Amino acid sequence: MEVKTAKKEKIIKQAPITVSGAEAVIKCLLEEGIDTIYGYPGGAIMPVYDELYKYQDKIHHVLTRHEQGATHAAQGYARVTGKVGVCIATSGPGATNLVTGIADAQIDSTPLICITGQVGSHLLGSDAFQETDIVGISTPVTKWNYQVTKASEIPEVLAKAFYIARSGRPGPVLIDITKDAQFATLDFTYKKCVGIRSYKPFPKVDLSQIERAAELINSAKKPMIVFGQGVILGGAEALLHQVVEKAGIPAAWTILGLSAMATDHPLNVGMVGMHGNYGPNVLTNDCDVLIAIGMRFDDRVTGNLEHYAKQAKVIHFEIDPAEIDKNVKTEVAVLGDVKETLQLLLGYLKPNNHDTWHHRFKDLYKIEYDKIIKNELSPKQGKLGMAEVIDEINTTSKGEAIIVSDVGQHQMVACRYAKFNQSRSNVTSGGLGTMGFALPAAIGAKMGMPNRQVVAIIGDGGFQMTIQELGTIFQTKVPVKIVVLNNGFLGMVRQWQQMFFDKRYASTELINPDFVAIAKGYFIKAKQVTERSQLQEAIKEMMDSPEAYFLEVKVEQEENVFPMIPTGASVSDIRLE
Amino acid sequence: MEKKNYTVSIYTENNIGLLSRIAAIFLKRHINIESITASKSEVNEVMRFIIVVEVTEEQVKKVAGQIEKQIEVIRAYYHTDEELIFQETALYKVNSAEFVEDLTIQDFIKETNARIVTVTPKFFVIEKTGKRHEIDNLYDKLKPYGLMQFVRSGKIAVSKNEMPISRILEDFNTININS
Repeated sequence: MEVKTAKKEKIIKQAPITVSGAEAVIKCLLEEGIDTIYGYPGGAIMPVYDELYKYQDKIHHVLTRHEQGATHAAQGYARVTGKVGVCIATSGPGATNLVTGIADAQIDSTPLICITGQVGSHLLGSDAFQETDIVGISTPVTKWNYQVTKASEIPEVLAKAFYIARSGRPGPVLIDITKDAQFATLDFTYKKCVGIRSYKPFPKVDLSQIERAAELINSAKKPMIVFGQGVILGGAEALLHQVVEKAGIPAAWTILGLSAMATDHPLNVGMVGMHGNYGPNVLTNDCDVLIAIGMRFDDRVTGNLEHYAKQAKVIHFEIDPAEIDKNVKTEVAVLGDVKETLQLLLGYLKPNNHDTWHHRFKDLYKIEYDKIIKNELSPKQGKLGMAEVIDEINTTSKGEAIIVSDVGQHQMVACRYAKFNQSRSNVTSGGLGTMGFALPAAIGAKMGMPNRQVVAIIGDGGFQMTIQELGTIFQTKVPVKIVVLNNGFLGMVRQWQQMFFDKRYASTELINPDFVAIAKGYFIKAKQVTERSQLQEAIKEMMDSPEAYFLEVKVEQEENVFPMIPTGASVSDIRLE
Repeated sequence: MEKKNYTVSIYTENNIGLLSRIAAIFLKRHINIESITASKSEVNEVMRFIIVVEVTEEQVKKVAGQIEKQIEVIRAYYHTDEELIFQETALYKVNSAEFVEDLTIQDFIKETNARIVTVTPKFFVIEKTGKRHEIDNLYDKLKPYGLMQFVRSGKIAVSKNEMPISRILEDFNTININS
């Protein structure tokens, strides 16, 4: 395959040196500026680990307690830093344990490189010990994957891997390296990849589409923006603010778009989707122009497509051509990196405001506030609620913390209530909905942003899916804050059983262990809160702790998350109770 | 929307594993592949897959988009039968005894412009190139005589309109030399 590489003077002068394939892997990582990786050793990847031992002053390898933890940690690292996350595993079960994290990174467009060891090339296809076809297994969930069987391929393949993982719409890349290729030697030189002829990461921007989009926006009476993670991935947060403010357009976000715009920005009207805010969901079906920016109209965002924004002219700013018209038909498709297209759009936008229209969002927010939010934030009686906990974290963090949430009710509550002042602060598993994501992702997030407060919000179900990563926290002393909102149920499934299965709570009740004792078993400071009166102080103690801290909050067992768009319903039929 | 035959032509880098990557895209959407061929193309070191599916235009458009998104895929086009010149080839193995005894078989061969490839004392092999219905037609005629074996190739096709792969590849070279 034809690949273009950077021609830097420095590189031309560099004379090749003879190294092993394993050492070449490390040198490639260093060339790409990688200083932290996550992984788990095993037979087929031992030569690489041997080199990691020699290079330990240059690359920090974090030993997780399970390979899935390594992928999620690398994802957390990538999500907060914008850099490529790297994880390493051995062949067979080591490699298959990565698959959940890879699939998560694929659907949430996270730049990730997974390096797996493989049995010697002479053993391929022989059902050797710990041989598995990880390239075959990972094909549908990777942006690209490749099996290296010769040491000499390593520099070019890894250069390509980094280029593919981070360019265009980012995604996971898996590189499988046979053990003999790790042992064999090569003459090492490294050239960064700058282009692959069959791969077009940045579609050419069509100025006429920008003009058409601007015309529609300028003449709109009731325009609404829905932005997604594309804004963050494209580094276009400031441009988004300029567009929103110049044209005076109310802006709502998808779960992965959260934190691209400060939560208290006057034109930020909240979350769209199944458990999003009342206003933006209802008014999706009332706006005249819907401007989608870096989002992909996921079914959890749109509800029933037959009744989604049918009255509106849809403008879609998107980097991935395959997303255009995939779920929602667009009037104007603006292909390209939003950093480029929003900049161009700004030049055509007329200063405007839509106060009357914006007021309707506020009116609907008032309804949601009176019906749901007020009571969730300050209930007078009953057991603690999830929203109170998030709100208490807001009080201490003042919107400066990175919030890493797992999957389920607490995730929806965290995203609805958490305050954010800066981008790349909301880390959650959106598309795949991977329970067990948050604990390891929080480890990666804290290592990526050591100067920021990182708080993981996890349910009692998801916590037990990757609970072993407490060991990683203990060993690395990474000071993450862990809040488990314990309702003794798989809450979201239980809510559905209550609403749609006549309260038949099939296998959703959890008889839980003593979480505080487990955390203490890992020598992590830990506390349990059961009463409202203890909450404020406990959160403050946790947030102020210079070390890792585990806080279990016993919350109401049968709390339901509202608003809610039931499956198959229209966004405007969102229920408040 | 109406389902019909679409022929997807995919120009790719020659890479191990790409076929399963492409097949997975159809599998994920539960689309049955009617036929598939892979061969070298008119451009050096560029492969061409031809895949026939029966789907709606909306489906084929989305599938082509997903295929084109794959790193080693240069371009994916889709066409209706009207936009293509296409052929299939089939081989029919017939018992020699039947062939010699019943002259009507020989008539079929002449009528359909089929060709005898091999003759042995035990069997004849007949080859027919043409449209699907022509191949099926000969199949139906030979079937009563006890076809010993039958095999049909996938559809091979060239489009009436241009598919500018060479130009796309040249553009890549020009852009990168300048940058």
